[in-house]
Amino acid sequence: MFRKLTLTAATALALTTGQAIAESETHVHDYDFSFEGPFGSFDQMQLQRGLQIYTESCSACHGLELVAFRTLHDEGGPALPEDQMRAYAEFYEVYDAATDEYVPATPADHFPAGTYEGAPDLSLMAKSRAGFHGPLGTGINQFVKGMGGAEYIASILAGYEEAPECAPEDFDGYYNVAFAPGGFPEECIDDHGHHTVPGSWIGMPPPLYGDDVEYADGHSTDIHHEAQDVAAFLMWTAEPKMMARKQAGLAGVILLILLSVLLYLTNKRLWAPHKHKD
Amino acid sequence: MSGIPHDHYEPKTGIEKWLHTRLPIVGLVYDTLMLPTPKNLNWMWIWGIVLAFTLVLQIATGIVLVMHYTPHVDLAFKSVEHIMRDVNGGHMIRYFHANGASLFFVAVYLHMFRGLYYGSYKAPREVTWIIGMLMYLMMMGTAFMGYVLPWGQMSFHGTAVITGLFGAIPFIGESIQTWLLGASAVGQPALNRFFSLHYLLPFVLLGLTIVHVWAFHTTGNNNPTGVEVRRTSKEDAAKDTLPFWPYFVIKDLFALAVVLAVFMAIVGFMPNYLGHPDNYVPANPLATPSHIVPEWYFLPFYAILRAFTADVWIVQLVNFVSFGIIDAKFFGVLAMFGAIAVMALAPWLDTSSVRSGRYRPMFKWWFALLAFDFMVLMWVGAMPTDGIYPYISLIAATYWFGYFLVLLPLLGVIEKPLPQPATIEDDFNAHYAPKAEADASAKSAE
Repeated sequence: MFRKLTLTAATALALTTGQAIAESETHVHDYDFSFEGPFGSFDQMQLQRGLQIYTESCSACHGLELVAFRTLHDEGGPALPEDQMRAYAEFYEVYDAATDEYVPATPADHFPAGTYEGAPDLSLMAKSRAGFHGPLGTGINQFVKGMGGAEYIASILAGYEEAPECAPEDFDGYYNVAFAPGGFPEECIDDHGHHTVPGSWIGMPPPLYGDDVEYADGHSTDIHHEAQDVAAFLMWTAEPKMMARKQAGLAGVILLILLSVLLYLTNKRLWAPHKHKD
Repeated sequence: MSGIPHDHYEPKTGIEKWLHTRLPIVGLVYDTLMLPTPKNLNWMWIWGIVLAFTLVLQIATGIVLVMHYTPHVDLAFKSVEHIMRDVNGGHMIRYFHANGASLFFVAVYLHMFRGLYYGSYKAPREVTWIIGMLMYLMMMGTAFMGYVLPWGQMSFHGTAVITGLFGAIPFIGESIQTWLLGASAVGQPALNRFFSLHYLLPFVLLGLTIVHVWAFHTTGNNNPTGVEVRRTSKEDAAKDTLPFWPYFVIKDLFALAVVLAVFMAIVGFMPNYLGHPDNYVPANPLATPSHIVPEWYFLPFYAILRAFTADVWIVQLVNFVSFGIIDAKFFGVLAMFGAIAVMALAPWLDTSSVRSGRYRPMFKWWFALLAFDFMVLMWVGAMPTDGIYPYISLIAATYWFGYFLVLLPLLGVIEKPLPQPATIEDDFNAHYAPKAEADASAKSAE
């Protein structure tokens, strides 16, 4: 709560002094995700790797309150085999009001909430951070390159760098080149009010360093791969029905185009005598 | 019903006659479907059907959504996610509904600008235009309240900003805002009443749609030439028109299928593109988003609202003359509603005797500039309020008022219109020459 209030206060202060926070430039990398574009789909193995990172790292502070364990078994998601999904659920404990004690979770239960007040729930993170990327906020990059929340999350996770020299040593937070709305030391703002370095200072300590986990499938565990895996997993938690949606969209578009052609020909034939074309 | 002369329904069999003397409903449907329609209508005359379809789509998907939605500040956000994750097909239904609002406004703006260009608002169709404007206002209210229901960050803080507009009214504003919200701040009472009204207004809109159609079925459709259908006899009228069924029904259905193919692609492949990502963050009264941006379809009028700041001379003048009662904030609110009001008054502001923009050489260019102005306002409405943006919005907002209040009255006087075709038939035949004439002209060319 305290952190939230200080952040709000910082925002209010920045607004009254006329510095637009959005002015800070960020380095959001355009990662290639398998789920981009109309035909893109989730990579099941990547989602499983992302789940592993979430379990071993993120879940220490963050929650996934909107996600039910049973959905880990769903097609179009990580698609864990049913026994693995059940075993995974039992690994968590949930409060049972009937017996007033903590019991192992069942597939119907949801992931628990975060344990740390300042850590937001991650269920919808990939959608709520989709941003509106592109020059002048036109969303061009989002439209053309498919850049969205997953790119942003992966960029943040891999965006921690040595704090620049202009910043005081004891400045609160961790320097991150992909994070815009965080704290920013006055020493790094030039006379025109422009930020001299990209990004800002984020409250979250660096969660990944590379080689944080050991993947069963032997996939690379450098920080960029780990960041992409967990970002892909969070894209799935935010949009678990994406594959079904794209399939419905494709079928709908094809059927409507077919219908359009038939109606076009009907219309043409219907009007022909009146347009003196027969 | 008065209007264009045409064949009316004649009950033939015994049972038809029996029903017709008691309830002439078959006749009503027949006369509505067989309405003589100018045969030169172009592809800009399809948006009415798209709008009618969208209204039905929104009502149908909305009714299903309500079955799973909970209008409570602690549960609304989660119930929407429940629809997205657990309800069978719920994610599609919700995306149809959310993007359906965008389809609605794309269609309504094209429909309105069609009317502005071809002079559809002019006598004798003023009532159709005014009802249309009421429908547009009601659509905006419905769309706004619908955006509040998921109770995300933009829902919450957008409500605070929009109801705050009413709070800017001198003396009684604060009471009005409290009355709208049902409390002194945005909370449970506001969510409950917005939910109630969001369900009610679409049905009022449906009623107004019937009146809107009734009005232009009485006057007859306008058409790209703006020349009226000949009403001297049934035969003359038949030369200018074709019945709505099947000619325009099939044409409109073709156009609808094309529009829906694009709509389906957006719903299927990029359903969140037109929404604001902050609305996937649950409402938090303590954390205000750095930019509160309304949905894209409100941006042109939002830009006008913000254009008139305290350092604009006309705002200062009005402030001085009104003894400070009309401050910059209230001026902005008046400007926003005024921008819609001047559009509603177009039938009386336009002095030209020529209806269609096609035969108005000067009007054409000013109209194109108005359409461009509308796009500029939409873009600048999403931009921050510093740097060059306030100047752009001020210029664009000024042109909006200038077009309706100065150019429309003036052009009718100074403009020399081009010759118009004598009849719709002439216009149609100019595009689709009849066989005999075509043969003759081919022969003379040899």
